[in-house]
Amino acid sequence: MTDARQALLEFRDLHKDYGTTMAVDDVSLAIDRGAFVALVGASGSGKSTLLKAVNRLVEPSSGAVLFDGEDVENLPLAALRRRIGYVFQSIGLFPHMSVAENIAIGPRLVGERLPEARITELLELVDLDPAMAPRMPDELSGGQRQRVGVARALASEPQLLLMDEPFGALDPVTRDALGERVRALHAKLGLTTVMVTHDMAEALLLAERVLVMDEGRIVADETPHALLDGAGGDIAQALVAVPRGQADRLAELAR
Amino acid sequence: MNGIWTTLLGLGDKLAAHVLLSASAIALGIAVALPLAIWASRSEAVARTTLGFASLVQTIPALALLALFFPILLSLRAVFGEGLPTLGFLPALLALALYALLPILRNAVTAQANLDPGVIKAADGVGMSFWQRLRLVEAPLAAPYVMAGIRTAAVWTIGAATLSTTIGQPSLGDPIFAGLQTQNWVLVLAGCIASAGLALIADALLGTIEHGLKTRQRVLTFGGLGAVALGILAALAVQFAGRSEDRIVIGAKGFSEQYILARLIGQRLEDAGYAVGYRDGLGSAVAHRAVSTGAIDILVDYTGTIWTNQMERSDNPSRDAMLADIIDWESRTSGTHVLGRLGFENAYGLAMPRARAQAEGLTSIGDLAAKAQGMTIGGDPEFFERPEWIAVRDAYGLRFAARRNFSPTFMYNALRAGEADVIGAYTSDGRIAADDLVILDDPQGAFPNYDAIVLLAPEAGEDERLLEVLHPLVGAIDVDAMREANFSVDRESDKLSFEEAARRLAERAGL
Ligand SMILES: Nc1ncnc2c1ncn2[C@@H]1O[C@H](COP(=O)(O)OP(=O)(O)O)[C@@H](O)[C@H]1O
Ligand SMILES: [Mg+2]
Repeated sequence: MTDARQALLEFRDLHKDYGTTMAVDDVSLAIDRGAFVALVGASGSGKSTLLKAVNRLVEPSSGAVLFDGEDVENLPLAALRRRIGYVFQSIGLFPHMSVAENIAIGPRLVGERLPEARITELLELVDLDPAMAPRMPDELSGGQRQRVGVARALASEPQLLLMDEPFGALDPVTRDALGERVRALHAKLGLTTVMVTHDMAEALLLAERVLVMDEGRIVADETPHALLDGAGGDIAQALVAVPRGQADRLAELAR
Repeated sequence: MNGIWTTLLGLGDKLAAHVLLSASAIALGIAVALPLAIWASRSEAVARTTLGFASLVQTIPALALLALFFPILLSLRAVFGEGLPTLGFLPALLALALYALLPILRNAVTAQANLDPGVIKAADGVGMSFWQRLRLVEAPLAAPYVMAGIRTAAVWTIGAATLSTTIGQPSLGDPIFAGLQTQNWVLVLAGCIASAGLALIADALLGTIEHGLKTRQRVLTFGGLGAVALGILAALAVQFAGRSEDRIVIGAKGFSEQYILARLIGQRLEDAGYAVGYRDGLGSAVAHRAVSTGAIDILVDYTGTIWTNQMERSDNPSRDAMLADIIDWESRTSGTHVLGRLGFENAYGLAMPRARAQAEGLTSIGDLAAKAQGMTIGGDPEFFERPEWIAVRDAYGLRFAARRNFSPTFMYNALRAGEADVIGAYTSDGRIAADDLVILDDPQGAFPNYDAIVLLAPEAGEDERLLEVLHPLVGAIDVDAMREANFSVDRESDKLSFEEAARRLAERAGL
């Protein structure tokens, strides 16, 4: 389906076990340059482990991850992580650093200073008032913090954006707005994005390709449209059934 | 109150020594605890082992921990050579640093364990190396907690440092121990006020730094650090301004007679142009080792004490034979020089109120043995451990109903209050005459002779001029003069200072 030559990210026979638990079980997969991919699955299905193997927060038991055609094992760690923006579910802002310092941390690690104008630009990209730059994280709301988290991930101008349940802790309104914003940024900055979520509705609405994971394996790889048409197998369909059921009940109520 | 003020003002160099000792111990504690904490944060087993060890150290009484470093350092001389000090600053530093370890280590480990795992994950995710993560994230987030641990350690260390007096390190414990010995509450209070005040100041300054770190107010952090640094610098200035290299250090064990005689010798040396320092409140065994290793230069000791405790002899020869043997033994084993007898004896004896002794018809220890089953004997904590007591007990078959430990001063109060019937007393004690006590005869000669003698450290013993200045002391002080001097500092009112008592004693002895 995908041509390996234009893939930005490729997993080859990837395994990761923790003792007897197979967190990732033989995953082979290619993700195209410019794609917005959602990775869906129940809790414990191996989504985070798969994502972390990309920027080597997790070392695979066997197999390989290729980034832009090169085995990540062979890339210098700092350089690799600079080319990948990572957004965490826990947000993970450094509580003792201001918003500006948090955003500038990536370049700082390699001895560069991020210009103030660039910080302003990044804050504007994520719909935040640039006047927030000197604030401390504990003076921000949850949504504002995660926006800073996204700005931080974009600071080093990465090619690849990895997001691990980025909106999980946010209220539905904020969540929706931020999802849309990220989708727009993805297009505007020409990113390749992989977003982990356990929420099939979010995946269907934002992504152009949905991967379903179960017990370490990829059990479905479909477009949102195909999934809504009943493709992808039982596990995927069980996940699709949830938002569909909700939508039906809402439509019922509205009548 | 006036007395306390003047005493406090006279504590400058003790305070300086106390500050330097405490600061060094805390600094060493930090230097050991922080790397251990970092290691512990990477390994559960290390965390358990180090915290377990530090907690174990805490259960050892500070006094015992200080004393333990003497034999440890002595055995380390095999590695580091004879120059390794076994008394004074080094053992005090090591013991206190060990003591300071726990609160710093515990807080540092807890701080690391409680760091938000999301923040740590983010640190790795943005590409931080091990050291970047430590420097940019873990250290600043843990700093306020670590500072709180340092603060606790500082308060403990400043308190425990008063005990270092007993191993020959000057500190604010000097006035406390001297005062306890003689019921001179002004001295005790002055020492306590000074060390508590120091602890409070340290706590406030370190608290300011902690608050500055927590709220990220650099002014507070650096202001606090600056004040601490200034305090340490001032202490250094006091310590090293008053220090002259060829100072003669006179040791004193922890009782009145020793303090007075040390001052008497010191005043005599000062008159002859020497610079003089004192190491007060030394334990008996520590004091002898201190003079034989040159940690102090001069000590007044007692023949019977050396005979039974250092030479471990149990026979009981004549006075002259014993002294001759001691002179020979000292020069053979360490090169310590025996100047000669001061002229009086401070023997152990069993004392009781004269009226009671007469009423019960007791004149000797033999008479006492028949009635001991119904009596309580009091003694200082050392007394019942001493071979002399064991020899007397066995020679006369003494079986008391109970025995109680008192500090030497409280012993006499206990006798007066009827809490003890007999006490193990010192024959040169002024309170024997003042309280109208009798010393029971020792017809079997079970207590050895306790002539006061002057010992000089090996190097000091070769200083001809020093020997010449000290020589007139030999045979100059009789037991009545010593008792009067002792009583003048021990009595409950009108106490003389040690210096004043020493001056009067010298005058009476025609020195
Ligand atoms: N560091 C680890 N040690 C042991 N087991 C782990 C570790 N990380 C993840 N796992 C296990 O691997 C499986 C997949 O975890 P994860 O990738 O976090 O799932 P998901 O993100 O889909 O919830 C789970 O069974 C989890 O318990
Ligand atoms: Mg996960």
